[in-house]
This record gives sequence, C-alpha cells and structure tokens, in this order.
Amino acid sequence: MSFLEYAPAPESRAILSLRDSYGLFIDGEFVDGRGTPFQTISPASEEKIATIANANEADVADAVAAARHAYDRTWSRMSGRDRGKYLFRIARLVQERSRELAVAESLDNGKPIKESRDVDVPLVAAWFFYYAGWADKLDHAGLGADPRSLGVAAQVIPWNFPLLMLAWKIAPALAAGNTVVLKPAETTPLSALIFAEILQQAGLPAGVVNIITGAGDTGAALVAHEGVDKVAFTGSTAVGRAIAKQIAGTDKKVTLELGGKAANIVFDDAPIDQAIEGIVNGIFFNQGHVCCAGSRLLVQENIHDEVVERLKLRLSTLRLGDPLDKNTDIGAINSKEQLERIRELSDVGEAEGAERWSVPCVIPENGFWYAPTIFTNVQTSSRIAREEIFGPVLSVLTFRTPAEAIAKANNTPYGLSAGIWTDKGSRILAVADQLRAGVIWANTFNRFDPSSPFGGYKESGYGREGGRHGLAAYLAPRAVSAAGRGAAKASLAGPATAMPIEAADGAPDLETRAASRRAPRSAKPSKRGAAK
Amino acid sequence: MSGTSLVTARERALAVLGGEPDDATLRRYLHGIAGVDAVGLEQRAAGLGTRSIKTTSKRRALDTIISLIDLTTLEGADTPGKVRSLVAKAVSPDPTDATTPRVAAVCVYGDMVPYAVDALGGAHGDPDDGLISVAAVATAFPSGRSSLDIKLADTAEAVAAGADEIDMVIDRGAFLAGRYGLVFDQIAAVKEACRRPDGTSASLKVILETGELVTYDNVRRASWLSILAGGDFIKTSTGKVQPAATLPVTLLMLEVVRDWHLATGQRIGVKPAGGIRASKDAIKYLVTVAETVGEEWLRPHLFRFGASSLLNDVLLQRQKLATGHYSGADYVTID
Repeated sequence: MSFLEYAPAPESRAILSLRDSYGLFIDGEFVDGRGTPFQTISPASEEKIATIANANEADVADAVAAARHAYDRTWSRMSGRDRGKYLFRIARLVQERSRELAVAESLDNGKPIKESRDVDVPLVAAWFFYYAGWADKLDHAGLGADPRSLGVAAQVIPWNFPLLMLAWKIAPALAAGNTVVLKPAETTPLSALIFAEILQQAGLPAGVVNIITGAGDTGAALVAHEGVDKVAFTGSTAVGRAIAKQIAGTDKKVTLELGGKAANIVFDDAPIDQAIEGIVNGIFFNQGHVCCAGSRLLVQENIHDEVVERLKLRLSTLRLGDPLDKNTDIGAINSKEQLERIRELSDVGEAEGAERWSVPCVIPENGFWYAPTIFTNVQTSSRIAREEIFGPVLSVLTFRTPAEAIAKANNTPYGLSAGIWTDKGSRILAVADQLRAGVIWANTFNRFDPSSPFGGYKESGYGREGGRHGLAAYLAPRAVSAAGRGAAKASLAGPATAMPIEAADGAPDLETRAASRRAPRSAKPSKRGAAK
Repeated sequence: MSGTSLVTARERALAVLGGEPDDATLRRYLHGIAGVDAVGLEQRAAGLGTRSIKTTSKRRALDTIISLIDLTTLEGADTPGKVRSLVAKAVSPDPTDATTPRVAAVCVYGDMVPYAVDALGGAHGDPDDGLISVAAVATAFPSGRSSLDIKLADTAEAVAAGADEIDMVIDRGAFLAGRYGLVFDQIAAVKEACRRPDGTSASLKVILETGELVTYDNVRRASWLSILAGGDFIKTSTGKVQPAATLPVTLLMLEVVRDWHLATGQRIGVKPAGGIRASKDAIKYLVTVAETVGEEWLRPHLFRFGASSLLNDVLLQRQKLATGHYSGADYVTID
C-alpha cells in the first residue's frame, strides 16, 4: 500500500442533529411555508438531507412585515452598544458551534471539510466580531455624525459560500441598525437554517433577522417587495442585472456582487513555488465556485512551459473525493446544473482549439464531480477566456510585457479581482495601479479579511462589502435631517397624512423617521411616472 | 551506502553552472534562482500540516519514522557508556515488541565513532538492508570555525574509525559574506576526505544551519550550493541553534531536491534535525516529503530525522495503537 493512499479520515456527522424538515424563520420562529417544499441534497452523494419550506409571496410579505416591525419597535431604537452585544454573542456562538456548521456546510454544499472548517466558518465568526465592534462607532464610518440605518434589507445570497455570504450580508446590516430578510440559495439552505437556531440561542429579538428559503421566484418576490429599503445581492451577473432593472426607479438602495473572470498574472521573476500554490488556490479552492477565482492565468511567455509543467505535477497531488474527509482537497460540484455548465464550456474550449488537461483521478460514482482541468493554448478571443465558468477549470494565456499583461487582464467585462506574482515590489504597485479590479492580491490569492472591502468594477457589480466601506451600503448620512427629508418627499408626493398619525402613537422620534421613509414609497408610481 | 563519485559531482556542477565554481559564477547562478515568498511558503507548510493520518496510515507512518531516525547524542558529556546505551536503544527501540523497526543510524561526535561501531557489532551496516549506520558530526561541529586542515582531519579520522556518514557544517560566515566559492570548495574538500582507501566513500550530509542563515532565500541558495558541491544530503541544523528544523524550511529544501532531481535525475537526501519531538510533528514531515518529492524519498538514504526524544514519543504512539490506550514515560526506555 502506498503511504499517499491516506486511510479515510472522515469528519463525524454525529455532531449534526438535523431535523427532517425545516420551515421558514420568520419573526423569531420556524413556520411552515406556503409554497411547495423542496429537498436539499448532498451533491457528493445525491443523498437527501432534509425537506425545506418554500416561501411564496405571502410568506415574503410576512417576513418583510416582521422585519419592519422589529425595525420600528426594537432594532432601530436600540443603542449601538446593545446591538454590538448581540453581534458579539452571535460570533461566539458561531465559534462554539463551528464544527457543526462546518459539517453542515460541507454536507450541503459539497466543499471539502478542510475549507469549511479552516476558511468559511472562522471567517464567519470574524465577520460578526468585526462588525460587532462597529455597531457603536458608526459616527466614524465616514458618513458624518450619527448616520441613520436604512430600514429593512432584502438579502439574496449564492450557494458557493452559503454561510460566509450570509455573514457578509447580515453582520454589517445589523451593526448599522437595519433588520434583515435573507434568502439563501435553493441548493444550500442548511447552514442558514442552523444559523437561525443560533439566532434563537443568542436571544436576538424576533424579526430582526428573517430567513426564508425558496428558489429564484422567492428571491424575486423579496427584492420586489414594497417594504424593502435596501437590496443586497451576491450571485450571477444575469440575475444581478435583472435585479437592477427591477428596482430601477424605486428608492431602494442596492449593492450587487456579481461574477468575475479574474486574471492571475505571473511574471518571470515570481517566487515560482508559491506562485504555483497561488494558482492552485486561486482556481481550485472551493472547486472554482468562487466569484473572484483566478480563472485566467496570465503567465509571462518565457516561463509558460515551466509553469504549466509544475502546475500539472502539483495538481496530480490533489485529492478529489468525499467532502467530509479531512484530506480531501477537491469536493463535489454543487449541482447538476452547474456541472452541466462546466462541461458545456469546457467542450467549447476544446472546440475552440485549446488543449485540455485534466487530473487523472478516480471520479466517485454518485454525485456531481469534475476533475481539475487546465486549458493551455487559450487565446483572449476564446469563450473560456471570457465567460465565467465557475468551476475547477483554468485557462492559461501568455503575455510578453507588463503593459500587455495589464491590457489582457483588463480586457474583460468583469473586474472583481486580480493577482500579481513577482518578486519586485515596485512592479506590484505599478501593475496594481492600472488593473481595473476591486480586489488585487499580490503574491497570494483568495485571502479574505473582514476589514478589507470587497467588490467589483464593471459587470462584477457595485458597492463594497467588508471593512468600513461595507457599512456605507447599510447607512445614509444624517445630513438631510429625518424631518426635513420626510417633509421634502412628502411635499413631492402630496399630502403626507401618515406622518402626524404615526408620530402620535407613542415614540414620536423613531416613528417619525419610519413614517418619513414610508410616506414617499406610497407615492412611488406617480414619482416614477414623473421621472420618466 | 556510498556517496556519489567526486568526479561526476564536479562535472555535474560545472555543467549546471556553466563555469568554474568561483564566487562570481556561483553568485550569478544562486541569485538567479527564483525567490521564495515567506508567507506563501509558510502557508503551504501549514496546509500540509493539516493532513489527517489515521489508523493503518498512522501505523505505517510511525514505523517509517522510526526507520528514518538518526538517533543522536551530541553532548560534551558523552562517554563510551552513553554511546553504548544509545546503540542498544537504536538496535532494539522497544524491547517489548519485536516488530519494532530499527532506527537508521546513530549520530555521535567523531571521537565516539569507535565505541558506536564496536557496540553495533553485527548490526552495523546499511539501513536500506535493515542495519544501522554510524554517522559522525565533523568539521568543527557545530560552529565550523576552524581551518580547513582541521576540518579535513576531523572528517578523515571519523571515516577511518568506521563512520558511514559524515554530517558536516558549512561556513555560515563565509556564506553570509558572499564567499560562495569558499563554501563550495570546503564542501568539495570534505567530500574528498570522506573517501576510504578502498575507493568507496562515506555519505556526506551538509548542515546549512538554517537558524543562522535566517532568510528562506538564503536557505534555498545554500541548498543549491551544497548540492552543487557534492553533498549527498542537505540537513537543516546542528540542533545547537534556535530555530532548528521547521516544516517550512524542510519543505523549501525538499523543493530544491525535487528541482535538482528534475534537472539532473540525481536524488539528494534531506535531513531535518533538532526540535522535532512529537510523532504528530514527524508525521507532518512525512506528508510533506511524500507530497513534495514523492514517497520514494521515504527511505533511509533519502530522508532522515535528526532526533533523540522523538523516538520515545513514536514508541508511545505505537504502543497506543497496539493496546488501545496510552501508557506512560516509564513504559519506554531511556537511552
């Protein structure tokens, strides 16, 4: 027996106590959905994990109403320090239940346990810790003194980092004083529902976070709902574009974090062994299901052959298989649909004349799998060099000079991330300065930190998540006073009779603020008409 | 075991360098090698350290570790009695379990070699045949601060006394001063001194003392330099300087060995020494070797652990696998 045939080392599933079925988490409780429930499966085995409720429009309305109520009655009135306490508590509970969350994530998503355990879940906790610290320091968020929250945030997240994307969305929203209705992806709802249990455990006031499950129509209904003040979406550019259209003309604020086709630029003076690791981590981390994946390798022509040869050697040591095995490097593709898309685009690559090389490895019988693949002899005009594959497929292109590298790197409709590999510090700065990408890694790739803003140029979206910049997506400056803003809009919209009535019921200040935001919304159609 | 022939080593070096191994040529060559990114290297080493080696793999790993150990005593207080005790432990690491493999070698100061050879008796020989080698530290170990003549005499004496392997130290001062030619010449001269009258040669391990070279770039250059000059093994440390062996440094040296093999077809050994005390850590080294250069390197003539307390921890783990429970320090023997 070979030493490298490591004996199986599966992480135990015993730590998970899953229910057979999960409802929608609305107003602090799990309730039945009114749509047709669906199954969530493990993409590694196609085994059914649980039945998940499906939220229809009425459920969406309930969730938004619960969020609105919690916003008006509780969360927007709470001091930043107290909001911070809840966030710190959530962060600690995430850490305490980290193993459980990691197992659930790998089970439902198909990503290797070593990634969910060492990357996803620790970052989730870090994100809550980071924004917990911000909750009582919003005066320093760069929006002037005493910025105000927006209200109810509708958040729709993808399946590639289910729990991490949840944290990226929920943590800043809550810190800034908003309440949330979040919809996880249809194929990966499990960790979000366990997170809902954590919220119950943390004693978070009911309705502050609502988690509704369902497919695209649920998400569309949520985004379209009138009671939503802010939309945050992470996912494909196509859906992002649809959302942008859908909310155009409303006063919903929006942040979109969409696709990417990142260039990973390797100069001939790069620290070669680390660059190889960075290329591998850039595109094969999370099976390439990463919007900022380094899917285009731009390598200086004079070291192309050496890099490709070393890359193949390194890829041959990757272990593909059971996501719950601690030694697995490459897990399962998240869904059949995604697998088909990867296959389709790879076939296109071959048809276009690129040379395909896949790791010779045993593919498990059940589940959705794709062996790590690299394409050489790829041209900038190839579809596999332009379209986001969102899978473990690397396209290798060459360049001759830094200027050409920059031009090729920027020659994409996307602009989410990029990587630069060189031993020369000044070159890193010079090249980074000219790359049109929101995140640029130098001599590393796919590193995330809650204090660092993340977001894209061009079709990769707008707005930033993470860091101080991430707060701006959930806050508005106080410069226009609540009363002033309300009055101005009210006069636009006609008589604002709602204002005095709401202001009369108990909490004048806060209620006035809420009313001032709602009043113009009721007048939306006419306003939109006027604008056109 | 015999080292590579000197003539071929020098010819190979000339071919690789494209010129005489003087300071200028070596500098041009060594500084032309791609740099090392410290953060990336340490990340990769940490990643390899997360491999989970269980059950049958663990059993196999523990036995492999024992068979790769250079059981070492390098103290001013060493006596023939201490060396005999060490040898007894090397021959029979766990007297309660006859299936326990022997270690690869015992490593002692040069003047202790006769006692080690004598104590080993019939067990003295090539570790690839299940026997035990005698390794001697030489060349004014651990500082290396003496004249070349003394270093050569030190080496020749140990070889004449029966040492199969010589663990020499490089002149770190000369290396850091950029006198690569001097370092090269010294290694080549010591290699020559390893030769026996019958034409065979003791194997040469070149200690870089990475704790004094400090940067990874220096370690990489010193590794290339040592291999070019004819070293059969590159070894991290004397054990007398902190930090001694670390996983990133060992990974880096393995990468050099891999690249040398790709370039020339020749296989060079690697020996991390000092500071590896726990089985768990030693297993990380095995994983790093197997996933960097391939598991064919997990043989005594291509990989060694320079260690003393590691052996007993491995034996405790081994007993635990056999009996299902942990025993204590008094259930393994001291040497």
